[in-house]
Formats: sequence, structure tokens, C-alpha cells
Amino acid sequence: MNLQPLFKPKTMAVIGVSLTNNRHPANVIYHKNHLRYPVKVFPVNPRGGVLQGERVFTHISEIPEKIDLAVIAVRAEYVPVILSDCVQSGVGAAAVISGGFAESGQKDLQDRIVAIAQEASFPFVGPNCLGIYSPAHMDTFFLPSERMVRPDPGNVALVSQSGGILVDQMIKFAEEGVGLSRAVSIGNKALINELDFLNYFAQDTETKVIAFYVEGFGNRDGRDFVLAASRCPKPVIVLKAGKSVGGSRAVSSHTASLAGDYETFSTILSQYGVVEAKNEFEMVTFCESLSCYQQSIEGNLGIVTGSGGHGALAVDVCSIHGLSVPSLPEQAQHEIRENLSSSAQPIASVANPVDLTGSAIDDDFVFAISYLSRRPEIDCIVVLLLPYLPGITSDLGARLSQVYYQEGKPLVAYVPHVEKYRIFIEGFEINRIPVSPSIEGAVLLAEAMRRSKPF
Amino acid sequence: MSTEIKDIISASKELGWVLEPEAKRLCSLAGLTVPRFLWTTGVDEAVRFAQEIGYPVVAKVVSPHVLHKSDVGGVVVGISSGEKLQEAFHRFSEFEGFAGMLVEEMLSGIELIAGAKVDYQFGPVILLGIGGTGVEIYRDITMRMAPLKEKDVESMVRSLKAHQLLEGYRGSEPVNLKELTRMLVAFSDLVMEIEGLIESIDLNPVLCSSRRCVITDARIMLKAEKAPNAPESELSLRLPHF
Repeated sequence: MNLQPLFKPKTMAVIGVSLTNNRHPANVIYHKNHLRYPVKVFPVNPRGGVLQGERVFTHISEIPEKIDLAVIAVRAEYVPVILSDCVQSGVGAAAVISGGFAESGQKDLQDRIVAIAQEASFPFVGPNCLGIYSPAHMDTFFLPSERMVRPDPGNVALVSQSGGILVDQMIKFAEEGVGLSRAVSIGNKALINELDFLNYFAQDTETKVIAFYVEGFGNRDGRDFVLAASRCPKPVIVLKAGKSVGGSRAVSSHTASLAGDYETFSTILSQYGVVEAKNEFEMVTFCESLSCYQQSIEGNLGIVTGSGGHGALAVDVCSIHGLSVPSLPEQAQHEIRENLSSSAQPIASVANPVDLTGSAIDDDFVFAISYLSRRPEIDCIVVLLLPYLPGITSDLGARLSQVYYQEGKPLVAYVPHVEKYRIFIEGFEINRIPVSPSIEGAVLLAEAMRRSKPF
Repeated sequence: MSTEIKDIISASKELGWVLEPEAKRLCSLAGLTVPRFLWTTGVDEAVRFAQEIGYPVVAKVVSPHVLHKSDVGGVVVGISSGEKLQEAFHRFSEFEGFAGMLVEEMLSGIELIAGAKVDYQFGPVILLGIGGTGVEIYRDITMRMAPLKEKDVESMVRSLKAHQLLEGYRGSEPVNLKELTRMLVAFSDLVMEIEGLIESIDLNPVLCSSRRCVITDARIMLKAEKAPNAPESELSLRLPHF
């Protein structure tokens, strides 16, 4: 099945617009696309009429152009007929927004629309979903335009079983400066599921990271998913909800009791190098990190800080996650100290974490990070930047980013996120170096790369 | 699938699980190592067999009513004489549904659990962990999606918290990793073959020494005739119905 019309339609029909209620979801979808995105939009309602000066078509077949995407927002019982009409009129794909299918006990109705689509090899997303937000192309979310928070265009594709979580993740992406390539709400995933989108985004040139919010896979769908993910050259992230579901079921064998649904899920994900985000905070952090670095590491960190406390807290987080902070040999420590400024040299601690102290200047950070980048025992560097230190300047973020481009070893940063320090953060982010507002988050930026390594 | 394996499973269908002696025979047919054992309803035969293999021996009750033998005193280890064995036999014969006694050689080694379950989302999964009766207390386990490859076993052992125990801890001999690997891969092959018929399997304990890995107990839970469909998740955000 060709999923392209779901993401890059040139023409779109919105079926179910109301002539009396302009807040109807179909109307919201129509208005937010009409004249706002480079897609031609046609409203459809069997009663016809005029909607804000535009002709409302009574039937999809009346539209004089070939329709790439039909957005269906009508009562559930009308969906089978409308879907058949779409197939007959040569529509490319559909987003079935309507609820009232398997999620409310109407499994038969859902099976009917799946059968219609399967017979015609006609792709549709949903039902019971928000559909698709494809930046710079179109948006089927029935959320008023002015209430949407849109992240910057970027390379992370989000696929979610829950529309609410998807919209929330987009807000978090915007907050953290993570760029989005596509967002898909798959709802009941009756026809097209996680695997189909994984395969599609694996080929999508605008996507480099594929992130999923999953409540549960269908029967054996998890198996196909992890096998496909392990073949996919792009990092795949999964946030699973319902971790305790099924834990209370009575079981008659030790294996069934020990290998609970979630334990199995989590272990098999790591077996295949699928990055599991344990919560929404990890989800956005991992997306940020892997959108910059599509690679995996063993997890041996070099930590460079301007305060001993920051270094110690970072090491604590490392030990929770099983990341190591290897100490440097005497010779290396000596070489670092030799090259520090006269103010930092006598008081710095250079074992790893490298604590350059509050007397550090820009050159001390640049040297320490360049030096650690060349050490074979270290595969990622965490810099804990304190923008209020008197010896450092606002150029530091940008300068340190250049070290990454010279040395090629992943660099992640912590900078407190307040407006005053924006220039430090931008120095990193403009250069595609991920920055976290917390020390723990900075360590998690590194942890993302470690989790993408299969056992 | 060998017809013998198929026969064992179909004969156990009504009970829902496979009696231990039959489960061991099934393991043995699949190329897994089990102790020398005898399943008998005759006390004299039991004693003769014990003499043949040499004391001490282990005796276990066989009954379709007893799934968890240790919980009800259905296992006696370290039996050192014919009298003790007869004593165990007479006690076992009082058990509901008594279907004989299992006599087997007594072995030593580190107790591991090898398990399998057919997961709704991922299909057959193999588990390895620290075994014995405390298995659900230690919960030191790892899993992989089946079928296993040899290199999977190595990483499974490494991911156990108690992996040092297997690698030879403080002067003790390491377990035979090659044998463990052979056993787990053969077990995984068996599971792939019969996954349509089973729900889960416990091989617990598997006694692993520097020489070999022997399955000293096996519990095979069969799939219910009509598998109940796992309920679909109801957690999705409910969107308004138009």
C-alpha cells in the first residue's frame, strides 16, 4: 500500500463538514488547511450548499479533481459507505477521524471498513484518531489552529496510539527545540499499524528518528515490529503505557509469572536495540539526542564541568543507568592539567569528571573537551555548563559545538534553561548539539545512544 | 515434530499440563539431558532401580492433582536407603490421584531456570534465570525472543545479576557454558516446534555443573483448547463520536 498520499497530498476532501456548526471537527480541519497549506481542499456534505463562499460537494465523486486524501469525520455507521465511495472515486488514502468502532464495542463495524480497504489495497489511518500532521503539507488534527503548538520542522517522526499524548509530545518538542518531520495518530490502527509506519518512515528522507507511543501491540505484531526495527538504520524509540496491566493475572508457571507482559516487552526491545523511553520525559530527551546522533555507544562518558557538585550529581545518574565514567590514566590527567589556564590549573580536578572549577575560562572547556574526544576509553562527552561563571563568555556553546565537528565524538550539554542564558543554549542547538535543562537530562541524552545498542 | 512428542502432548491435553515423567521423556526426545529416572507404581521396582543407580536418590509423587509438588511435600531428596524410599512411596500413595512415584538420581550443581512462554505480542520467548524454589523471590532473570542463536546465550548469562556464580565465583568451578548453550538452543528449537500447543514451560531446576546441564524438573503447561483473546487496550484517548 502506498502511504505517500497520507503525508503529501496535493488535493484533499474533508467529508462531513457541517453547514450549521462551524465548530464541528470537520469544519476545523477544513478551515485550518484551506488556503493555509499548499493543498487544495474540498468540503463534502450530502446536503451540499455553500461554506463561507466555497461550494460544498454532495458526494466525493462530484469533485472535479482526483483526490489524494479523504479526511472522514462522519458518524461511524456512515463510514463503510463513504470509504467505498472513496475507493470507487480513485482516492489515494483516507484518515478516518470518527470514533465509535472497536474502542466502543463496535468491532464488526471496524472489521467491515478493514475488509473494504483490504480488498482495494486502499490505505486508511484510524479510525478513532486525529490523523496526520505533516508540517508544510497539511494537518488533519481537529484542534483549532490557534491552539496548536507546532514544533520546528525537523527529523523526528512521531507515531502515537493516543491522540492526546501525541499533541502533548509536540508541545514538549517545541519547548525543548526538538524538530518534527511528521506526527501520526493511529487510533485503533485497524488497517495500518506501527509496523507499516515504521517501514514507511524508514524510507522517508525527511525522517531520521522514528518514535512511537504504544499501549500494546496486536497478536504477534510486536515480533514483526522489533525484527523490522532491528533492520532499520534509523533509531527507533518506544514509550510503552500500561506497564502494570496483566501483572495481577493468576499464572500457573514461574515463567509466566516472571515474564510478565511488560517485562517481556521491555527486554525484547533492548534485545533488538529499540530504545525504550520509560516515561514522557525520557521520550522527548531521547528524541532530542537521537535526532542529532543516529548512532549507538557503549556508554563510557567523559564529564566536563565547572562545579564539583554538578559532576558528582551527573555521576550518580550515570550509576543508576549503568553508564560508566572511566577515570583517566595519570599521564592523561597530567596532560590536561598542563594545558589549563593559570587560574584553573592549580585547583582543577582532572580524573573524570574533569572539574575545571569556577575559575575556568572558555579555553579550558575547549581544551578539556577536545582532549577527552580523542581518548579511546570515552565514547561520549557530557558538558555541564554554568553560564554564570565569570571567566566564560557567551561564545562558549558555539565554540564547543565546533569541537564536535572537528573530533566527531558525540557531545551533549547541560545549560540551565532561562531566557538570560539563551545564547549559550542556541550556540549548541543551532549547531545540532543537544542541550538539556537538567543534569539528569544531559546524562539521559547520552543514555539514549547506549540504549540503541542491541544486547 | 516427532510423533512421540506429539503423542505425549495430545495425551495430556485434557489435564492441561504434562505429568513430570512424560515431560522429561519429551525433553529427552528433544535432545535435552534429564537424570536417569523410573516412573513406577510398584514399590519393589522402585527399590531395585534405586539400587541400580545407587543411593542417594530423589523421589517425587506423580499425580494429575499435584502441579506444585514441593508445596505439598511431594518431593523427598537425599534418600539414602531402601527403607526410606519405601517410606516415601507409602506416604505418596495416600495423595489424591496417585499415579506412581518418580525415582531419579541425585545431582548437584547450580540451580537455574530455563523457561518459555508464548507471548501475545511477541510470540515464543525464552527465559533464563537463577532457579530453584526461590525463583520468584530472587527474580534474577533475562529473556530473549525465540529462536535463540548461540551468541544470545552468552549475552543472556552476562545480563544475570548472579552471572559471576555461573562463571566460577570464589574458587567454585564455572558451569559448562558450552553445555548450557547447547541446552538452551535445543530448548528454543523445541519451543519453536511446539509453540502452537503450549502456553508456558518451566524447566526448573536445571542443575548446571562444570560437566553438564541436567533438567531435573519440567512443567509444560498446554494451551487451552479455545484460547481467550487478549483484551484490546482501552487506554486510548476517547475522541468524540460524530
